[in-house]
Amino acid sequence: MELDAYLLSRIQFAANISFHILFPTITIALGWVLLFFKLRYARTSDVAWMRAYFFWVKAFALSFALGVVSGVTMSFQFGTNWPGYMERVGNIAGPLLAYEVLTAFFLEAVFLGIMLFGFRRVSNRTHTLATFLVAFGTTMSAVWILALNSWMQTPAGFEMRDGVAHATSWWEVVFNPSFPYRLIHMLLASGLTVAFLIAGLSALRWLIGDRSEAMWKALRTGIGAAAILIPIQVFVGDQHGLNTLEHQPAKVAAMEANWETRGNVPLVLFAWPDEEARENHFEIAIPNGASLILRHSLDGEVPGLNDYIAEDGTVLHPPVAPVFWGFRIMVGTGVLMLLISWAGVWFVFRRGVLPKPLALLLVPMALSGWVATLAGWYTTEIGRQPWLVTGVLTTKEALGPVPAGHVGFTLAVYLILYALLLIAYLATLVFLAGKAAKEGDDTPVPGVEDKPLTQPVAGE
Amino acid sequence: MTIDWPTLLPLVFAGLMGLAILIYVILDGFDLGIGILFAAATDDEKDAMIAGIGPFWDANETWLVLAVGLLLVAFPIAHGTILTALYLPVFALLFGLILRGVAFDFRAKVPPHRKRRWNASFFAGSLIASLAQGYMLGVYVLGLDTGWAAVAFGALVALCLAASYAAMGAAWLIYKSEGELQEKAVRWLRYALVFTALGMAAVSLATPFASPRIFDKWFVLPQFFWLLPLPVVSGALFLGLFLLTFRLPAPGDRHALTPFLILAAIFALGFAGLAYSFYPFVVPDSMTIWEAAAAPESLGIILVGTAFVLPVIIGYSFYAYRVFGGKAGELRYD
Repeated sequence: MELDAYLLSRIQFAANISFHILFPTITIALGWVLLFFKLRYARTSDVAWMRAYFFWVKAFALSFALGVVSGVTMSFQFGTNWPGYMERVGNIAGPLLAYEVLTAFFLEAVFLGIMLFGFRRVSNRTHTLATFLVAFGTTMSAVWILALNSWMQTPAGFEMRDGVAHATSWWEVVFNPSFPYRLIHMLLASGLTVAFLIAGLSALRWLIGDRSEAMWKALRTGIGAAAILIPIQVFVGDQHGLNTLEHQPAKVAAMEANWETRGNVPLVLFAWPDEEARENHFEIAIPNGASLILRHSLDGEVPGLNDYIAEDGTVLHPPVAPVFWGFRIMVGTGVLMLLISWAGVWFVFRRGVLPKPLALLLVPMALSGWVATLAGWYTTEIGRQPWLVTGVLTTKEALGPVPAGHVGFTLAVYLILYALLLIAYLATLVFLAGKAAKEGDDTPVPGVEDKPLTQPVAGE
Repeated sequence: MTIDWPTLLPLVFAGLMGLAILIYVILDGFDLGIGILFAAATDDEKDAMIAGIGPFWDANETWLVLAVGLLLVAFPIAHGTILTALYLPVFALLFGLILRGVAFDFRAKVPPHRKRRWNASFFAGSLIASLAQGYMLGVYVLGLDTGWAAVAFGALVALCLAASYAAMGAAWLIYKSEGELQEKAVRWLRYALVFTALGMAAVSLATPFASPRIFDKWFVLPQFFWLLPLPVVSGALFLGLFLLTFRLPAPGDRHALTPFLILAAIFALGFAGLAYSFYPFVVPDSMTIWEAAAAPESLGIILVGTAFVLPVIIGYSFYAYRVFGGKAGELRYD
């Protein structure tokens, strides 16, 4: 494969969007967790909830900043590298993006200021409202962007006039066939990412010697949320898969590395898919497994990749290996999440202890949500290829005229910048956790440190 | 010109986009400017300066997303043409915005010995982003030309826009700070103002001479007399502001916000002049707003949302500015 402007632009877009999605995945759910902390504080007047809030609001601010700046980059990339995209489907993509900016970006950005720095300037009720509006804004943002992404996967509610897409029904555009599944799947992914991040960083604080009430409250919140969300995610993920089978069979064929359309298809656990030979090497499989999962019967017919070769030999299905492996990494991480969160519930809630081996397991699991989310997005986005918008526009057609040298240069700088920022981000989270662990319950009580505010404070 | 939706909608959206760009330039202008002024500030002053923009910068930058979003959604073809032509400066802008945006947060959270590094990043990012914007403006004014003259002119506008952002930052700081820092801000404003005036004069003169079409729009009677107030009022405001800097800070902190408001007015006037020059083109001299516009049904559905939501956004933005009005204290999360 040649490193031309096309491939470089794709790598650049993948790098940008991969880096970007890490942070919204955190902020979408973390906003609601912060609201939960605040509401618990309002209910119980237990300052430990506020301590948990103030620790996690810093993580939120940092994640939000990274999400914003990488998101701004995305909005320019459409024009700089993929002008064909907006030219062909701008009439559909435009309004969805516009509504995201109008109903979500401004809401979150403006009230973020009040949420982060306004605790002493507005009433507690207003501050809680600001926290709610930020959480609501981040979620709305996800709704619009997933509506657009789903439309690109399963377009509906439009017609082509002179080679340009025109909307015929906005309802069908937004509520296209894969949207509800993708949205819920992603919101749950965000919830799980945050649950494990909170559990993992709390476990890290525990390992350093922190036994503060705020640490326990956050730990329980994280483990509890994870244990509740993961079975729901398994169910929703299965439904999403069936939806994909109906609307994007080529993607499912690649996910299962199934070459021939037939019944009694095994569930391939491990294999090296070979697109040249059009077969799997080193295959380990469970007989009839894929048929059972996808068709709920042992001889159910599963689509095969060989159906997606045009008469002239053009390959119309996605590259198999990355989709196959992305899917397996996602599912494997999900299984780990299930085991560890349920074990966590058993020990932390039933027995009231955190065994050291469990704490040591939870720390690396802090990033498990990122792994699963990225693997899942790689599966679905690479699984859409060679299309940018299924059946409407191929990725190649959307490419702009920028020379490969320019794209290569900017790609290199982006990659270096993103790597450095990622290291700085993780190092800062660990540093903040260490600092909080050292302070433990000695951190000053919020709101009464130097001047009593109108805030309700425990014991007053 | 007929009055129907396909004619009106692109006009309305050009207006909205112009408004978003103007608000962006004024609002993000002051916080980018604060970043540029980091070069001349002590470590303690840096904390105070950050406190003056902390709650706002994020929302300020959102206006850029709205502006480029409107370009993207309302004029999809122009969006591609302009952004591919400006590929490298756009990259520099994004690089700068990323760097400063994250530096802003990192500097407050990292261990103390790492703070310097992020302060430097905040300065560098702000400067790069400002220069990139100025360069793009310069090149755009000359019709996205890529000759050496355009590059040189772009570089000149880049320096002047960075200076005018620094002026905005200093003016904002006069409003937000007190004592020694405020006096320093007054001096910064005075120096930056000279370059700002120079830059605006350069753009104003270059535009008509780069394009005969624009020349004919300005230098014909009677339009010339209708347009005369634009440069005259701008000049008067510049002079007034320059003289005001010798009387600031005033007793009782009167006029603390005046420099910022005057600068905002100057920006608005300059922007109005540019808009008049380029109308009806969205890509100078090659693509009008009607040629570049998206389909009417798409513009219509965005307009409905905008009509409802934009006033609300402006409303709660004002509320946020009021909550954090007055002198900036220490910025803290609780």
